[in-house]
Amino acid sequence: MSDEQAAHAAGAPLLRRLAETGRDSVAFTLDGQACTGLVGDTVLTAMLTHGAVLRYTEFSGEARAGFCMMGACQDCWVVTEAGQRLRACSTFIEAGMRLLSGKGSAP
Amino acid sequence: MTPQHPPVIVGAGPAGIRAAQALVRHGRRPVILDEAPRAGGQIYRQPPAHFQRTKKTLYGFEAARADAVHGAMADIIDHVDYRPNTLVWNAEGGQLDLLHQGRTSSIAYAQLIVATGATDRVLPFPGWTTPGVYTLGGAQVALKFQACAIGSQVAFLGTGPLLYLIAYQYARAGATVAAVLDTARLGDQVAALPGLAAQPALLAKGMYYVTWLRAHGITLHGGVRPIQVLGNTRVEGLRWADARGEHALACDAIGFGYALRSETQLADILGCRFRFDTLQRAWLPERDVAGRSSVPGVYLAGDGAGIMGADAAEWAGERAALALLSDTGHTPSVADTARAARLEAQLATTTRFRTGLERAFPFPAEWAAQASDELIICRCEEITVGDLRRTAATTGATEINRLKALCRVGMGRCQGRMCAVAASEILAHCTGRPVEQVGRLRGQAPIKPIPFASAPSEVLTQQQEAA
Repeated sequence: MSDEQAAHAAGAPLLRRLAETGRDSVAFTLDGQACTGLVGDTVLTAMLTHGAVLRYTEFSGEARAGFCMMGACQDCWVVTEAGQRLRACSTFIEAGMRLLSGKGSAP
Repeated sequence: MTPQHPPVIVGAGPAGIRAAQALVRHGRRPVILDEAPRAGGQIYRQPPAHFQRTKKTLYGFEAARADAVHGAMADIIDHVDYRPNTLVWNAEGGQLDLLHQGRTSSIAYAQLIVATGATDRVLPFPGWTTPGVYTLGGAQVALKFQACAIGSQVAFLGTGPLLYLIAYQYARAGATVAAVLDTARLGDQVAALPGLAAQPALLAKGMYYVTWLRAHGITLHGGVRPIQVLGNTRVEGLRWADARGEHALACDAIGFGYALRSETQLADILGCRFRFDTLQRAWLPERDVAGRSSVPGVYLAGDGAGIMGADAAEWAGERAALALLSDTGHTPSVADTARAARLEAQLATTTRFRTGLERAFPFPAEWAAQASDELIICRCEEITVGDLRRTAATTGATEINRLKALCRVGMGRCQGRMCAVAASEILAHCTGRPVEQVGRLRGQAPIKPIPFASAPSEVLTQQQEAA
């Protein structure tokens, strides 16, 4: 795999926007990096239009990026820098949110 | 007679909204509790208010139906106590415990209509926890609610009518559909035609999706078995097999599911009696034709009481409301009685159609035999099929709640929503018993995780004891 392909594999967005792109933007940070989402994005959408992971599991350390999108599977809980836990599929992104994917803290 | 408490409806999907509308029409002012920020349920889920797409774009053939359900809610909004963003996490002693914006409260009820809906029925396959693999319903939520596709080249896998509907919706919205892989065989669908003909309009829609997908060059395969998701940190492809052999498909996302499963936890905590439904291969709360459960004052409607689809949910919701009214001193008018009979007749027709659907998209009964020991069955705690088999073999456990106590399957954050179907199948297979004989994973409070800061102390103690 080339460096470019490897970077793509790890970091390219998982979700692809198909419509509704004319909304106002919302600034937040993801692992300390400045990012921009759109008003009405869930935390899940905001994170996965920038990367491909929401969290790493506390068991194997594998990356996870949500699953059911409707508040049932509980696989999309993410942590803020202040230690607050948010269910990413059912929490809307808010300006100034400082979100962590757990990168670097994975076992 | 003036009842002491207003009737309470849990769920603002098609069943809950039609139930509320019937109650309002008869002069009652129900409380509607719903987890979602806007009414409509999953099927008619509404995007955030400022989104621009039309209902035709969002719901396709169901646009008129969605509009009617949303319109019904808008019409009654001043005559109901509507509480969105509200989770019902427990029921005890005639009270429901609620969570709203991080705060708990409770509400007393005398009559309750449970319309809790459904989620995808999941059967794990190797790699299903990889980022980029979502449920079919999840893939649809991404599109409807967030205007996003789950990837750039999306494969749809599993079985059930949603498989073709969502593939169609993705393609129409401009996503690339890599393939549709159905575990059912074409022969299953031909054999099911007599039953499906009970609802010709729905059958026609299903055939339309298949024809449209073919006409747009999208590959459809039947008789498929998923082998392995390719890629470690994200989906890079899918290996699958059919009668011709093994194949590799290039894709960067996968939506999968095997029809739906009812959200029955609240009915369970309320003490409703359950029975095993052979057709749906699931334990469901008992109800009479009007929606009365085994518990006086508790009514069941919509997919939460057994999968019958959105149209039937509307009918069942209204029917349950009429039953509630007549059980609480409202003498039914001639029109009410005729309406109730009509709704029951429509629901009976739906039951015939569902029998056809189950033949067309059969549950892959060979799944448990084919599952490898390494396969993760519980995505909450990464418990494997092998863990289950070893636990059953070494302890002699033959019942699913016993298995849960011994190896924690079904004990994680999702409370078995994603793993209970598969775990029951594995236990049944490795103990050589039919799946209805391994029992039913019992629901427990809190129905969904609640923040520790907002939990009353006795619940925290229960959670800690369970952990």
